[in-house]
Amino acid sequence: MSAPLLDIRGLRVSVENKEILSGLSLEVRAGEVHAIMGPNGAGKSTLAQTLAGRDGYEVTGGGVLLDGEDLLGMNPEERACKGLFLGFQYPVEIPGVSNMYLLRSAVNAQRRAAGKEEINAAAFLKQARAEAARLKLKPELLKRGVNEGFSGGEKKRNEILQLAVLKPRLAVLDETDSGLDIDALKVVASGIRALRNGRRAFVLITHYERILNLVSPDRVHVLAGGSIARSGGAELVSELEASGYEPFLREAA
Amino acid sequence: MSRTAERNPEVRELLERKYRHGFVTDIESDTLPPGLDEDVIRVISARKDEPEFLLDWRLRAYRYWREAREPSWAKLNIPPIDYQSISYYSAPGPAKDAPKSLDEVDPRLLETYDKLGIPLHERARLAGVAVDAVFDSVSVATTFKSRLAEAGVIFCPFSEAVREHPDLVRKYLGSVVPYRDNYFAALNSAVFTDGSFVYIPKNTKCPMELSTYFRINEQNTGQFERTLIIADEGSEVSYLEGCTAPMRDENQLHAAVVELVALKDARIKYSTVQNWYPGDEEGRGGIYNFVTKRGDCRGDNSAISWTQVEAGSAITWKYPSCILRGDNSTGEFYSVAVTNNFQQADTGTKMIHIGRNTSSNILSKGISAGKAQNTYRGLVKVFPRAEGARNFTQCDSLLIGHDCGAHTFPHMDIAHPQAVVEHEATTSRISEDQLFYCRQRGLDEEDAVNLIVNGFCKQVFNMLPMEFAVEAQALMNVSLEGAIG
Ligand SMILES: Nc1ncnc2c1ncn2[C@@H]1O[C@H](COP(=O)(O)OP(=O)(O)OP(=O)(O)O)[C@@H](O)[C@H]1O
Ligand SMILES: [Mg+2]
Repeated sequence: MSAPLLDIRGLRVSVENKEILSGLSLEVRAGEVHAIMGPNGAGKSTLAQTLAGRDGYEVTGGGVLLDGEDLLGMNPEERACKGLFLGFQYPVEIPGVSNMYLLRSAVNAQRRAAGKEEINAAAFLKQARAEAARLKLKPELLKRGVNEGFSGGEKKRNEILQLAVLKPRLAVLDETDSGLDIDALKVVASGIRALRNGRRAFVLITHYERILNLVSPDRVHVLAGGSIARSGGAELVSELEASGYEPFLREAA
Repeated sequence: MSRTAERNPEVRELLERKYRHGFVTDIESDTLPPGLDEDVIRVISARKDEPEFLLDWRLRAYRYWREAREPSWAKLNIPPIDYQSISYYSAPGPAKDAPKSLDEVDPRLLETYDKLGIPLHERARLAGVAVDAVFDSVSVATTFKSRLAEAGVIFCPFSEAVREHPDLVRKYLGSVVPYRDNYFAALNSAVFTDGSFVYIPKNTKCPMELSTYFRINEQNTGQFERTLIIADEGSEVSYLEGCTAPMRDENQLHAAVVELVALKDARIKYSTVQNWYPGDEEGRGGIYNFVTKRGDCRGDNSAISWTQVEAGSAITWKYPSCILRGDNSTGEFYSVAVTNNFQQADTGTKMIHIGRNTSSNILSKGISAGKAQNTYRGLVKVFPRAEGARNFTQCDSLLIGHDCGAHTFPHMDIAHPQAVVEHEATTSRISEDQLFYCRQRGLDEEDAVNLIVNGFCKQVFNMLPMEFAVEAQALMNVSLEGAIG
C-alpha cells in the first residue's frame, strides 16, 4: 500500500494553554474521502486550523506529514502551495478586493511556487467563470469584494469555487455543508464528487448525514476527547444518528 | 518576515529595493549659497528676468514671512528648521543656460527621468502625456507644447509664463492662496523658483492629461515650486503631479503652493502621487512636505476634484481645499495617506461652501504602520447664504501593528440651518483572519497585506487616471515594506 498523503501522528495542540487535541492520529490516502464528525467544541476546527498553520494553535507534540514532507515546519502559504486547501467554517470578508483578483493572485502565487509561469488573465477568467456557472454562483459575485455581503450559502459556494480553481492535493472542508439549502447542498456535493480523483483526498468536517449520503466517504471518524475516538465505514454515520455522541464522551472521560 | 519571502528572489529584490528613487544625479549646478534675505530674493528674481510687480510681491511676502510664526496646531512633531541653512536656488548646469528644447537637456538629466520612469521624449508621445519636469528649482523640459498650442492651451514652466503671459500671472497669482495665507505659503511666495503654469481657454477640453514631475536632487536645497492652473469658462483639464527625491540623511524642505481657478462651468481634476523620500527605518532624513493647495470654484457650475496618494515624506502637512464660491459648484477630495516607520502625516481638506446649492464630497483613507502617526484634519464650512449646501465625509483609518496611531479631526462650522452635512468615520486594524485567509490560499504575508490595503484604498484609486492608479498601487506596496512581521 502506498504512503498516506496526510499522516497525522500523536498530534497534541493547545489553544491558550488549554490542550484541545491530545494525541490525535489519522492517515488519509490519495483518492480517499474521510469524514470527521464529533460534538461541538471537540476540536475539529482546531485540527483544521492547525493543519493550515494558523497562529495561536500551539503544537506541543506529535507530527504531520503531507506527501511525506513535514507540514508543521512550513508557514501557511507554503502549506497552501504544497496543495493543502482549507474550506473555512466562517469565510472572512475582504472589502474592496475583488473575488476574482484574490483567486487569480492565489493561483499565480501557487504557480510561482511550483516554478510555473503566471496564468494568462483571459484564460483564468474563462476558467473561473465556467467553474462559477457549474456551482450556480451568480457571476456578479465574482466581481464583488471577497465574500463582501455574500449570504451564508454564497460564502460556502465561493469556498468550493476556490477549491475547484486551485485544485489542491488535500482539501479540508470545515462544515462547508452547514447553512446550505437543499439545492446548494447538492451543488456543493456534486462539486466535490467532480473533483474527486485518484490523486486528491478530502477531509470533510460535518455534523450532518445528508452530505455524506451525497458524497459517500471511504472512512468516518469521531473526534471526541481530544483524539479519534472511533473510526469506521459509512455505516458509522447512521449509528451516530441513533446513539449521538454520548457514548464517546463517556469513553473519553 | 516569512521564510518564503526571504527565499524568493523577486520578493527579496523588492525588499532590498527600499526607496527606489534614492539616487543622486551628478551634474554641475548653479546653486546659491545657503541663506535668505532680501538680496537673495532679488537675485532669484533677476536670474529669472522677472518684471517689477513680481519682485515687489516677493518682497512683500518675504517681509510678512519674517514676522510670521510657523503653524503649531497640527498633530506633528516638527524639529526646528534653520531657514538660513537652506539654499533657495539651484539650477542644473551653469546659469543663464536654460535648455530651450529636449535636445539641449543634459543627457544625464534625461537619464534621471528615465530611471524615474517618466515618459519624456517619444515615450511621452506614445503615452499621450504632456510632461513638465521640475528638477530642483528649474523646469527642464515641457513636452507637447505644439499640440497643446493648437488647442490654445498654455502649459509651460512658471518662469516662462511670467515672461510670456505676465497679464495672466499678474491677474491670478496669489488670488487663491495669498501670501498672507500661512507661514509656508508666505515663504513660497517669496522664494519660489519655478513650477508649472496652465491656462485652458474658454470651452476647451484639454486634449491630453497634463503632468508635472518634481524632483529634488541637490543637497541642502529646498524646493519651492508654484503651480497655477486656470480653467476658463466651460473648459476642462486633468492634471497629474508626481514627486520624488534622493535619499539623504538630512531633512529637506519642500514648501509648494498650488492654486486652481475654475471659472463658470469649468472642471479641474488634480491628481497627485507624492513619493518624496520618507526617511529611513530609524526616522533619519526625509522630506518635510509643507504644501498649500487650494482650488477656487469661482464661477457657477464649476467643479474641482483633488485626488492624492501621499506615500512619501518624513512629515506631511497638506490640506488641498476647495472654495465653493459659484452657485452649484462642487468640490471633491479623495485621499490615501500611508505612513510607515517614523513618518508623520497631518492631511485633509477644507470645503468652504459660499455659493448656493454647492456640494462637496470627502473620502479619506489613512493607513498607518510601524511607529507612524497619521491624522485626518478636515473643515466643512457653510456660509449663511449657502442655501442647499451638502457635504458627505467618510474617513477610514487602517492600522497595521500596534505602535502606530490614527487620528481624525473633522471640524464643522455650519451657518446655514438647512445644510446637509454627514460624517462617517471608521478605524480598523488589519485583521488576522483576513491575512490568514489570503495566506491559506497561497499568498505570502507581504502580498496579503498589500492586497488587503489596496482593497481598502480602492475607492480612491478608482478616481485616479489609469496609469497613475497602477503606479499608486505599486507605490503602496513599496511603502509598506516590512510593515508586518
Ligand atoms: N482561538 C481560541 N481561543 C480560545 N479557545 C479556543 C480557540 N479556538 C478554539 N478554542 C476552544 O477549543 C475548543 C475546540 O474548538 P473547535 O472550534 O476546534 O471545536 P469544533 O469541534 O470545531 O466545534 P464545532 O462543531 O462547534 O465547530 C473549544 O472549547 C473552543 O472554545
Ligand atoms: Mg468547528
